[in-house]
Order: sequence, then structure tokens, then C-alpha cells
Amino acid sequence: MSINWFKYSSPPSFYPLAGKLTPFFFVAAALFTVTGFYISFFVAPTDFQQGEAYRLIFIHVPAAWMSMFLYVVMAFWAGVGLAFNTRLSSMMASALAPTGALMTFIALLTGSLWGKPMWGTWWVWDARLTSELILLFLYLGFMSLQAAIDDPRRADKAGAVIALVGVVNVPIIYFSVKWWNTLHQGASVSLTRSPSMAATMLTGMLIMALAFWMYSFAVTLMRVRCIILERERNTDWVKQLMEQRP
Amino acid sequence: MNHPGLFDAMLCIAKRDLLIAMRRRADVLTTLIFFVIVASLFPLGIGPETAVLRMMGPGVVWVAALLASMLALGRLFAGDYADGSLEQITLSPQPLSLLVLAKVAAHWLVTGLPLVIVAPLIGLQFDLGADALQVLIASLLLGTPTLSLIGAIGAALTLGLRGGGALLSLLVLPLYVPVLIFGAGAVEAGSAGLGAAAHLSLLGALLLMALVFSPWATAVAVRIAVE
Repeated sequence: MSINWFKYSSPPSFYPLAGKLTPFFFVAAALFTVTGFYISFFVAPTDFQQGEAYRLIFIHVPAAWMSMFLYVVMAFWAGVGLAFNTRLSSMMASALAPTGALMTFIALLTGSLWGKPMWGTWWVWDARLTSELILLFLYLGFMSLQAAIDDPRRADKAGAVIALVGVVNVPIIYFSVKWWNTLHQGASVSLTRSPSMAATMLTGMLIMALAFWMYSFAVTLMRVRCIILERERNTDWVKQLMEQRP
Repeated sequence: MNHPGLFDAMLCIAKRDLLIAMRRRADVLTTLIFFVIVASLFPLGIGPETAVLRMMGPGVVWVAALLASMLALGRLFAGDYADGSLEQITLSPQPLSLLVLAKVAAHWLVTGLPLVIVAPLIGLQFDLGADALQVLIASLLLGTPTLSLIGAIGAALTLGLRGGGALLSLLVLPLYVPVLIFGAGAVEAGSAGLGAAAHLSLLGALLLMALVFSPWATAVAVRIAVE
């Protein structure tokens, strides 16, 4: 049996799939969040140096991870849409942008709230904070450019160019603590070494990261369904769908 | 009949752009005057204390050059887009990325190079020493072409859009930040006696990367805008 890998690259077949998947992702996100919050508030021990305020890590790090991850995913889908001229890929990229921007904002906000008790300042212009701020501007630039172009196909392609040009910022954020002398903490979690934090803290952080990831999936799938309905409103299948609703 | 080669085509486009710029010298001079005025606003706003100005000088001159360079970007493709010549350029058999490179080079000659020449005079306003001024010229010489190249991508993407200049700034300024950091950093390192070689090397690296990738991205953006 040969699998048609591209069945779901057409909007009419992806739309119901996204609709069926969304509740599962919301439920998964809720479960992971409850577990993660339980661990972060009741199981993870008090930090030796930072006391209780370190518990912001359970929101700050997952949000920062998601902000970088979602940008790469967005640039990937935008690139696929540009190269293969597929509409759905570009719709996916447009759907990812607001969630990615929100994650970046949460990372910056929680980082700022954490920085005040820890470093004594709300903000410092070191490499990691500056490059994360630039990531927020890149997301906003992508969304503004698409908003300013009326023709959706031109908006898709123009957005793809700017998303791909900006993707070079993500490795800069990731490696910034290694390349520069920064106030921001270095990498505690690595693929090759054992983590330099307590196991419970690490578990809580990873579970919260999964929670943020499931949430991003759910919200992005919901948003891409809205974008599909908007863009494909003149097709028969959308008109039939609208007739079925009261 | 002699088919024009690639270099002839590039030279032709560059000469045309230079001729148009020379016929509208006012457009070119406004960029330069903007640079001078913006750089002069900072001492008026912050106060004339020399020590403070000397510390801020590299950053201020660099930010003013960056903003002036960005303002000039609107003229890179807009005129040709409006009268249809950009479409004709995209139809030529020569690779569009190299023709775009020729346009950006001509644009830099009339907007970026004057900034490099006038910058030392602005630097004197901020009481920068001779070695700092030398590093300033070198950093701007490496940085302004990079700014023109990166800005060309934004200029091509925003052709004919409402929101115009502000949208262009939003797209292009995040990409300008590394150039600004290393450019102003070079001058500060130079005047602190630490040697600007590291910063200038990184500026050179950014210029080389922009030279290789930006014409291609700009050509893609031009085709998107023209279709």
C-alpha cells in the first residue's frame, strides 16, 4: 500500500484533521500544565542561591524555548510555501507567528520579573536579551508585512522571504551565552552533558515545556483553521460548510 | 550584433542609476543633511558636556548614519517600480541578483559614501580623537554597504505597499542591529585603546555575507513585488 504523503497538504482535507486534533492537544496541554505546576510549586526544592523566586524558570525557559522553536518552524513552513508554491504551508506560517510572538513576549516579561530580584535590574543589554528582543521585532515585522499586503499570495511569499532572512537570529540567541560574556546564565541543559540542576527542577521544566508545546499546537491548529476559512471562502467546500452551520 | 555580457549589463544599470541620481541631486543631499541634523540633535538634547559627548559620539554617529541610510532606501527601487523599468529589468536574460547588486552599489555610492566622507566632521563635533576618527571611517566604510545590502531586501519587499517607510524600518532595523553593535563597538574599542581589529573583522564578515546572500534575497523579493 502506498501512502499519499501529501493528502493533508490540501486545505479541505487538513481542515477537518486540524479540528479533530485540537481538543487532544488542549487536553494534553492542560494535563501537562497541572503536572508541571504541581512539580514547580510543591515538589521542586528551594534553590540554594535564589530562594523561591527561581520558580519563574518553569515559565521563562519553556516560553523562550518555544519562541525560538516556533520561529524555526514558521520559517520552515514559509520556506516550503515559497519553494513549492503550496498555500497551506504559508497559512501555517502565518498561523504560527502570533503564538511565537506571544512566547517571546512571555519570555522577555518573565525574564524581566526574574531579573529584578536576581540581578537587581529589570533589563540589561547583554547578548541574549538583546537577541531575544530582536526575535520579537522579527515576529512583529513578519506579521506587519503580511498585514500590509492585500494580495494573500504576495503576502505569503514576501513574509517567507523576511522569515527566512530572520532565521539566522535563532542560532545567535541560542549560542549567545557561549559566544559572549553575558549576565544571563549559561546553558544548564545540554544534549551531551548531564544537567547542572536538580533532577526535580529539570523534570518540572521539561514537563512545562511540553505543556507550552501542546498549547502552541492546539492554538496554531485553531488559528490555521480560521485562516483556511478566510482564504478559501469562495470555494464550494467552505460554502457547504457554512450552510451546514445554523 | 554584440550581445551585452553580464558585466556590461551591470555597468549599464549602475551608470543609469548614477545618472538619475545626479539629475536629482536634491534627493541625494537630503540624506546627507538628515545625517548631519540628526547627529547634531543629540548634543542639543543631552547637553554640551564634552566628556559625555565623547563617550556617546561613536554610537550617535553610527545611529545617525544608520537612520540616514535607511531613509534613503525608499528611493532604491520605488522610482523604477513606478514607471515600469523594474519589470523590464526582471525580464532581462542576465541574472537578476547581479543586476540588483549593481543597483545597490550605485545607491551606496550616492547615499552611503557621502556619509562616510562627512562622518569625521560630525565626529569632531563630538570631540573624538584622530585614531577614533580613523576607526569610525573604517567601520562606516565596511558597515554602510552592508546596511545598503540588507536594506535592499526590505526595500524590495515593501514596494508599493501602504505603510511605506515605517514598515520598511520595522523590517530592516532588527537586521541592522548586529552591524550597529559591531560598528559602534569598533570605534569605542579603538578609542579605548583595545584595538578595533576584532570588531572590524566581524564587520567585514557581515559585509561578505551580505554581498553573497542579499542580492539573491533581494532578487526574489523584487520578483514577488513585480508579479
